[in-house]
Amino acid sequence: MGKITLEQVSKSFGEVRVIPPLDLTIEDGEFAVFVGPSGCGKSTLLRLIAGLEDVTGGTIRIDGKDATEVPPAKRGLAMVFQSYALYPHMTVRKNIAFPLRMAKLPQAEIDRRVAGAAQVLNLTDYLDRRPGQLSGGQRQRVAIGRAIVREPAAFLFDEPLSNLDAALRVGMRLEISELHKRLKTTMIYVTHDQVEAMTMADKIVVLRAGHIEQVGSPLDLYRSPRNLFVAGFIGSPRMNFIEGPEAARHGARTIGIRPEHIAVSADEGPWSGVVGVSEHLGSDTFFHIHDTGLAETITVRAGGEVGFNHGDRVRLTPREDQVHRFDEKGLRIA
Amino acid sequence: MATRHSRSAARLMMAPAVILLLGWMLVPLTMTLWFSFREFLPLRGGDMGWVGFDNYARFVTSSAFWPSIQTTLLIVGGVLLITVVLGVLLALLLDQPMWGQGVVRILVIAPFFVMPTVSALVWKNMFMDPVNGLFAHLWKAFGATPVEWLSQASMFSIILIVAWQWLPFATLILLTAIQSLDSEQLEAAEMDGAPALKRFWFIILPHLGRAITVVILIQTIFLLSVFAEIFVTTQGSFGTRTLTYLIFQRVLESQNVGLGSAGGVYAIILANIVAIFLMRIVGKNLDR
Ligand SMILES: Nc1ncnc2c1ncn2[C@@H]1O[C@H](COP(=O)(O)OP(=O)(O)O)[C@@H](O)[C@H]1O
Ligand SMILES: [Mg+2]
Repeated sequence: MGKITLEQVSKSFGEVRVIPPLDLTIEDGEFAVFVGPSGCGKSTLLRLIAGLEDVTGGTIRIDGKDATEVPPAKRGLAMVFQSYALYPHMTVRKNIAFPLRMAKLPQAEIDRRVAGAAQVLNLTDYLDRRPGQLSGGQRQRVAIGRAIVREPAAFLFDEPLSNLDAALRVGMRLEISELHKRLKTTMIYVTHDQVEAMTMADKIVVLRAGHIEQVGSPLDLYRSPRNLFVAGFIGSPRMNFIEGPEAARHGARTIGIRPEHIAVSADEGPWSGVVGVSEHLGSDTFFHIHDTGLAETITVRAGGEVGFNHGDRVRLTPREDQVHRFDEKGLRIA
Repeated sequence: MATRHSRSAARLMMAPAVILLLGWMLVPLTMTLWFSFREFLPLRGGDMGWVGFDNYARFVTSSAFWPSIQTTLLIVGGVLLITVVLGVLLALLLDQPMWGQGVVRILVIAPFFVMPTVSALVWKNMFMDPVNGLFAHLWKAFGATPVEWLSQASMFSIILIVAWQWLPFATLILLTAIQSLDSEQLEAAEMDGAPALKRFWFIILPHLGRAITVVILIQTIFLLSVFAEIFVTTQGSFGTRTLTYLIFQRVLESQNVGLGSAGGVYAIILANIVAIFLMRIVGKNLDR
């Protein structure tokens, strides 16, 4: 059971207001991802939920009960830190057992749960090592193991994968998603990486400067971003923004079109431009097109076989049904 | 140091330092060994030739020998205990954010800059004097008879004075160690349900292990040769005669250089025994 509700929760450090009052509900069993640029207050929000910071105002409810004044240990939440925060002088076994020891569980029960967690996380062979003797991915798993043995109401992850290399990151992403499917426990996951957010989340919360910009499923956010910020943040490469007469023609201040919704060809299409840098990924090619008269550059996705050279003049065709329109406040025009 | 040229240049550059250090250590050591085998009474006939192991035998069989070893170890142990325990507590306290942190830290470090002789004199005359000392006034204020610290509680007083001198050193090292502790570890422990005392015991103290080891090793080296504090307070009386002080008395008060030198060699042996002993117990903390 782990429904988490924030009501008008705010946080200031001295004079600096990091989180203005915000409301948010995370349903039981949901995988919620807080995403936003560095310094926007994601960690602070997570730490407020964990109880590691005191709220300046508002109420935090866990399963309907007011938890605002409840100390961290009593909230029934487990946290995985960015630095893993393993206890370096304890073996993996002792690290994982630590919360159970603090809860004064009988030794037999502790052993049973540690063995269970170790098996799930492929750590059985490493139980007697120290964290210093493990690789980054293994340390990450120990940190997760320490969290799952407590059988918490919800897991909190603060950028858990940002210290891993790219390949490992993809692997751990799958493992965490897998873990969520199996445990069906509420998870709140903080990241600045929109790819992680898109691939893992049931619900994405996009934050900017402490404000919630939009809440929704990954595809909601991709298909109908509520404003320019979300439109630019979700999706990779970034959405192209076009202002001026072309936008006015659509009845908007700004229009946005994603690279994957523009077709590129040698001689057909309403827009024209000159090919700048091309990025060949094998499966796809991204062309950066200049001199379109619409924006500085327009990024376009084409298939892997499409080949234009630097300096070629090309024509572009946007998919009209995929054009996003925004008004002068940057809000979406429905 | 890749090339042969740079290697020989490096050797040349280091030579003065190495020669100086060698001379610094070897000359006194050789002289001590030399004199320890000779009958040398500067005021009663001078150097009177080889006597074999006579000096060594006389030094250990003297009734003052074993008590002096005991006193030495007691002072070392007592001071270590006080400085490590109080040092950890003070470091924890100074690590808390507070107003005037910079000034407080400098004040805490200050005793370390006071010369041992001076600090011992200050303690002796200002605090422990049975007539005019602050403690005497304090005792009288409560209607108690003032304690004659340096005679009635001589060992305790000396340990107190020396510990006061070394506490800043311990605090400083332990404070930097505490500051290097990752705060996320403490937060993780807090979320794992460890209350403050358990966080101290399971997280902070193990983290300090290495720093405590360093404090113990370095202090032991210096504490084995404590001298000034005894010289200006009890002059070795009331059971405060350490091995160092005994040697001093043999050489200067009895004017027996040979006997004192033999004592010096025993002091070297004692220091090595203590060092091996310490490395066994705490040294393994260092190679983590
Ligand atoms: N303990 C603190 N004291 C003062 N300011 C803080 C503290 N913690 C975070 N901040 C500020 O709050 C803002 C949000 O920080 P944080 O939540 O860590 O961002 P994020 O995790 O999204 O990168 C930052 O501007 C940061 O400087
Ligand atoms: Mg952060």
